[in-house]
Amino acid sequence: MKLGRWLSDHWVMGVGVLVLAYLFLPIAVVVGLSFNEPSSRLSYDFNKFTLDNWTNPCGPGDMCDAVVRSVQIGFIATVAATVLGTLMAFALVRHRFRGRAATNLLIFLPMATPEVVMGSSLLALFVAGGVPLGFWTVVIAHVMFCVSFVVVTVKARLSGFDSRLEEAAMDLYADEFHTFRKVTLPLVFPGIVAAALLAFSLSFDDFIITNFNSGTTVTFPMYVWGAAQRGIPPQVNVIGTAMFLIALLLVLGTSVRRRRAA
Amino acid sequence: MSKGDLRLVNLTKRFGVFTAVDDISLTIPQGGFFALLGASGCGKTTTLRMVAGLEEPTSGKVLLGGKDISRLRPYKRPVNTVFQSYALFPHLDVFENVAFGLRRRGIGDIRSQVERMLALVQLEGFGKRRPAQLSGGQQQRVALARALINHPQVLLLDEPLGALDLKLRRQMQIELKRIQTEVGLTFVHVTHDQEEAMTMADTVAVMNAGRIEQLGAPAEIYEFPSTPFVANFLGQSNLLAGEVAGRSGDEVLISAYGSRFSVPAGRCRVVDGNVYLGVRPEKLHLAPNTDSVPSGHQWVTGVISDSSYVGVSTQYLVRTPWGTEVSAFSSNAGVHAQVPRGAHVVAYWRPDHAFLLSRQAGAGDATQPLLETVP
Amino acid sequence: MSVVGHIGTAVGPHETPPPPPRKGRRLLPYLLLLPGGLWLTIFFAVPAVQLAATSLYDPSGSLQQGYAMTWEFGNYADALSAYWPHFLRSLLYAGIATLLCLLLGYPLAYAIAQKANRFKNLMLVCVIAPFFTSFLVRTLAWKTILSDNGWLVGVLRDIGILGSDGRLLATSAAVVLGLTYNFLPFMVLPLYASLDRLDGRLLEAANDLYASPARAFAKVTLPLSMPGVVAGTLLTFIPAAGDYINAELLGTPNQYMIGNVIDSAFLVRLDYPQAAALSFLLMAIILAMVFVYVKRSGTDEVL
Ligand SMILES: Nc1ncnc2c1ncn2[C@@H]1O[C@H](COP(=O)(O)OP(=O)(O)O)[C@@H](O)[C@H]1O
Ligand SMILES: [Mg+2]
Repeated sequence: MKLGRWLSDHWVMGVGVLVLAYLFLPIAVVVGLSFNEPSSRLSYDFNKFTLDNWTNPCGPGDMCDAVVRSVQIGFIATVAATVLGTLMAFALVRHRFRGRAATNLLIFLPMATPEVVMGSSLLALFVAGGVPLGFWTVVIAHVMFCVSFVVVTVKARLSGFDSRLEEAAMDLYADEFHTFRKVTLPLVFPGIVAAALLAFSLSFDDFIITNFNSGTTVTFPMYVWGAAQRGIPPQVNVIGTAMFLIALLLVLGTSVRRRRAA
Repeated sequence: MSKGDLRLVNLTKRFGVFTAVDDISLTIPQGGFFALLGASGCGKTTTLRMVAGLEEPTSGKVLLGGKDISRLRPYKRPVNTVFQSYALFPHLDVFENVAFGLRRRGIGDIRSQVERMLALVQLEGFGKRRPAQLSGGQQQRVALARALINHPQVLLLDEPLGALDLKLRRQMQIELKRIQTEVGLTFVHVTHDQEEAMTMADTVAVMNAGRIEQLGAPAEIYEFPSTPFVANFLGQSNLLAGEVAGRSGDEVLISAYGSRFSVPAGRCRVVDGNVYLGVRPEKLHLAPNTDSVPSGHQWVTGVISDSSYVGVSTQYLVRTPWGTEVSAFSSNAGVHAQVPRGAHVVAYWRPDHAFLLSRQAGAGDATQPLLETVP
Repeated sequence: MSVVGHIGTAVGPHETPPPPPRKGRRLLPYLLLLPGGLWLTIFFAVPAVQLAATSLYDPSGSLQQGYAMTWEFGNYADALSAYWPHFLRSLLYAGIATLLCLLLGYPLAYAIAQKANRFKNLMLVCVIAPFFTSFLVRTLAWKTILSDNGWLVGVLRDIGILGSDGRLLATSAAVVLGLTYNFLPFMVLPLYASLDRLDGRLLEAANDLYASPARAFAKVTLPLSMPGVVAGTLLTFIPAAGDYINAELLGTPNQYMIGNVIDSAFLVRLDYPQAAALSFLLMAIILAMVFVYVKRSGTDEVL
């Protein structure tokens, strides 16, 4: 009886934890393989423990260049997409205007279009326009597919916003600019940060669209893809593990700081 | 008219086809405590918002000290608001919330002013807390301090006590009144609590469906309401349907249900046509038979149909021969014995306690039906 | 609220009507929309239209000689007749993966939203963090896990679920598993957002009224989380249907999806008209399904 009751109270959590374990299984493998000395180039099995990969993460030729390039692209694309998307979100939530439905559709469609389609059609545009493929075409493509996600994220935060706070600010002698600066922006900021984080992870992780529009530019996912044909250097797992840890610390750090501040 | 009076002139606000505020005109003298009383949805908040500049009037004007401020942006008006739900800035602590207006106006010496203000609302030492860490009453006082610190010419309070429990509410009412007397500002206080309006305000305006039904001192409105709505919104009234039958000297004669009544002309809002004869329940007294009615009084007969004992008084419902009920409050001072249900009684009143209101043809008696405890 | 929480609420369709504009600010929304709108128009809408045009070009042209616009609707017929199995397979795999994501994601999202209490943020971080180890790296890790001489296959062979030469890698199951894995967070986050908004007292009231937890779930929780279910299934199904990495890394050409075909038509065979026809078909099929689904489920706000 007691067991039955405990089970009925906790089975959802149990299933949830199992699903999380499923999410983490390959990551455990990645972490494990980052300490592996593979027996051969094409072997993905755990062979022998070593710290070499961690002490020499940039061992394999261009890998670290690719990582740096991915971070640069991610950073530029994130800033641009966050600015563009936030402006759009403000327009959509705060204003009534003609063409609202069309705008919503324009924002929704990129999320409803498979990446191969977006990547290939953008490639056709660049080819037709004679635009040389490379770093900047990748940035353009990333901004394009990140904007919609930024709009949706910021919109969610904005539509939960209590507009009486802005009225209170205006009542207390803050003009439109200061109301935005002192009340609106600080309160919407967590939503903007979340959107930026999402944009960065989407950009950093993108392979399909990048593959179409990168020319000879190699991002980290492109490097991994190329290496997958020849045999993956174990340092790839070091990068994977490191990125995972950085993300974990970053997100936990901001949430702890926010809790402190709150 | 003194320099700082607030005047609303034909103020109207429509949302689409719906008229929320309908042609309101009134003057609020400087330094007064003015209460806007009305049921939920009657347009009180909308009126305040137009004064604060948060809503643009569809037509009409807001004048402050003779200056038209209707088209000024809210931050240009010497008016501050205590919002219905406080609207404290959740990302700022109490100190910064209170200092907000001073900082925006670039006023120096913020620390000492804020501290003085926090002391006034009895929140010393709470400066570092966030609004979320305060109780409802404390939040309300922060909202008050945040507005008061700016020394506005007019302070608008939108049901600031609505969310508080009864005890805290009474306490805050006294405190608000104290602060108002102390700082001497014009307070415009919106509420749907008639007792709150009557105890705090110098002047009360009763609003109904976007219009002001009556405006005056609390006692004046209570003793001599001008419409059936006011008669039953501010306290309760027994309203007997009748017609004016004529005039005899200073008295207006009314016939109702085959009986004759009279009301002094000075207590009549109308002197002909369909009327309500109104008597407050506490002005109705009970007697066992017509012989014991003191002279100079008027009366109706009936049967006690219900009674409820509420401590300080007993409330009786008396069923009249024509089938409607009137209610009478009898003080439990120990003078009268309790009257049992089913007893035949006579309910009597002094004619100069009655009042006469206009009635739409066909409308029947309008006594507030059941024995509700007065809030 | 944490940053993670906001990502969680990202896809919750929830919009209050905007306040009426003040005079003289009519232009502002257009100014705000201009940069982003232009970007999406130039780099998304225009290429999409151009893609539609390319799909009707004469297929006998080439990139060097140029293509002639001959309104070649035959391209679509050719594309469909040659690759309909890939279309079907894509929709099937993506459909199964979406269903699995829903089955796995719902309990997880529910646990985080309603049961996790102070571990809420930690669990949310755990859902998002895998994003940062590259998609490809994770998929390659699955390749290791599923490999013929890996422990998983060994165990399954020992207990007889797999035959002595049974495989996991290079099967349809592996591809579906990869898709499920990769898009699970896109299901969990919107589900979490809508379940998190659910008032716990509502559930107590429902338990009180309906007595059985199953009925309370069916009558209260599920209907109230429908916006999350719709958003989650869309965000999972759409990328899954167009994906080709999982089929490439975890499957064989027998498991190739339409994404693989489009990719190779564009980048290997350089048959642009056919590649465009395939792309446009895929987009049209998915959009048609999305609109029907959204209308059916009555949560138009997602759009
Ligand atoms: N922005 C608005 N749009 C449409 N109707 C409104 C708006 N604001 C208020 N109303 C309507 O105007 C009426 C009066 O509202 P309000 O002034 O808030 O009433 P009160 O404060 O007396 O309860 C209500 O019926 C309300 O629904
Ligand atoms: Mg109100």
